[in-house]
Amino acid sequence: MTASALESIDLVRDPAKDRARALGRFKLADASFRVMTLGAALVVLLLLLGVAVSLFIGAWPAFHAFGFDFLLNDSWSPPKERFGAAAAIYGTVVTSVIAMVIGVPIGLGIAVFLTELCPPALRRPIGIAIELLAGIPSIIYGIWGVYYLKPFMQAYVEPALIATLGRIPGFGLLFKGPPLGYGVLTAGLVLAIMILPFVTAIARDVFETVPAVLKEAAYGVGATTFEVVGGIVIPYTQVGVIGGIMLALGRALGETMAVTFVIGNATHIMPSLLAQGTTISAMIANQFADADPGLFTSSLLALGFILFVITFIVLALARWMLSRLETKAGR
Amino acid sequence: MNPLNPLYPGRRRRNVAWTVLAYLATAFGLLWLALILGALIWNGIGGLSIDVFTKMTAPPGVVGGLLNSILGSLMMTILGLVVAAPLGILAGTYLAEYGRYAKLSHVVRFINDILLSAPSIVVGLFVYQFCVVPFGHFSAIAGAISLAVIATPIIVRTTEDMLNLVPNTLREAASALGMPRSLVIRQVAYKAVRSGLITGILLAVARMTGETAPLIFTALGNSLFTLDPTGPMSSLPLIIYEFARSPYPEQQKLAWTGALIVTAAVLTLSILARTLSARGGNNK
Repeated sequence: MTASALESIDLVRDPAKDRARALGRFKLADASFRVMTLGAALVVLLLLLGVAVSLFIGAWPAFHAFGFDFLLNDSWSPPKERFGAAAAIYGTVVTSVIAMVIGVPIGLGIAVFLTELCPPALRRPIGIAIELLAGIPSIIYGIWGVYYLKPFMQAYVEPALIATLGRIPGFGLLFKGPPLGYGVLTAGLVLAIMILPFVTAIARDVFETVPAVLKEAAYGVGATTFEVVGGIVIPYTQVGVIGGIMLALGRALGETMAVTFVIGNATHIMPSLLAQGTTISAMIANQFADADPGLFTSSLLALGFILFVITFIVLALARWMLSRLETKAGR
Repeated sequence: MNPLNPLYPGRRRRNVAWTVLAYLATAFGLLWLALILGALIWNGIGGLSIDVFTKMTAPPGVVGGLLNSILGSLMMTILGLVVAAPLGILAGTYLAEYGRYAKLSHVVRFINDILLSAPSIVVGLFVYQFCVVPFGHFSAIAGAISLAVIATPIIVRTTEDMLNLVPNTLREAASALGMPRSLVIRQVAYKAVRSGLITGILLAVARMTGETAPLIFTALGNSLFTLDPTGPMSSLPLIIYEFARSPYPEQQKLAWTGALIVTAAVLTLSILARTLSARGGNNK
């Protein structure tokens, strides 16, 4: 179709009638292409709207039946038709917090290494290797977590934690119980490894927006690398770094397959991090197949709606912060 | 700096300590990559035989392969791409060409960025509500649609970013010859960034290949061989999910082999995408 349109450029030499017809064809093709692109853009908009509306409609019976109590109730009992989201929300928040506590400092450390310390020849290979970590599908983290990380946690890490941190009064409650290998802590650790490359990728990108003259000036007055990073790079890119961290948080909150494998899928709240737990996404993935239509399915959809709202807020804040940094960098 | 300055040793020590920590962090990150890839190769390579590619998944005790899962993965990825690629490229074109500064574009860009990182399980539930509940049964089409929803934002984003790199002088030159806007875009702008557009598509395919969560509610999985897109269909990630939790060693072994195949495919696609985009960048 485009080829014939191009050929018709030759029609310029022909009588005015042909010319008008060719121009008319151009006009029509031009307008329809424009409308098609606009339509596609609107479909993207409708997708998000569709997600929100369809989940809300599916979740309505559960919200209607349990009301606000759905968020606070931690019982999940299909036979009794009592459903509450508290245990899943608690697990989601706790695993994400563990992931952020471990993943963010390490991710930032790698970004600092890549932008300030790494020999230029190694910069690209190491950067690509870290990005490959982001490319590995989450199901692979799951199977690896259950066959390798779980036995390792059970044999070494968890007994050590119980013997040391577990003895501290009060705080030790977090590390009580038998070392199962499965549990909230293992899930948090897998999530930490998964979000690490996201933190690194964004931190590296925003670190590179720092004008070289600023860093050179600081090095010029004798600042050490650490002082340049802490005094110039991080303050300059603060908003972007926080945006990147929240983007990673959004990932951690919604991650499903890896968590489902290692968290143990217990549907109640336990104070210990070594105990089994669940997250919103793990609960949905695990129970959806067995759920009969009605209140059970509706409650799972309600969990999905809650997850959607939480991640929407986190991601929207992240994007807003990142866009503020871009305005500052004049891009 | 005067080495006799009393602050100097402390500053130096702190610098060394933080530098060492940054090195350790990098080693830590690379260690996981090595451990995961090592485990995949160690457990997966032994199971790679001709059976894997020629036999169906089988109940425990019977020698089986992954043929139906591999075909299912291919089929749903292709179907998903058929929807996502035109949709994503057209929407990206609107954002970069027609509506670069329009208010609507700001909204679409923002929404697209949210979709880009939205939890895939939520996408799965959405497609379940739209394409499974009304028809009363799971289907490969629903699976493909959920993959398309996940792939579209990636393609929109790369298309827009790439088209933004096209120099305006190129567009002006084409317009000066009397080309209508749509032809300027298709004949000039698309051609200038062809490798970039392919990069976006490769990245999207990589993402679709490894995606599991949305398929649980849409394609469901199927132990039988089927090419019927209106029925449930197996896929590699789904069979890994099922077999990895199986108590039978032969099924676990197949899960690892499947995991190796998926990871090899995904990483090959992303490396291919990266080299393509790097080459495209050098041309400019």
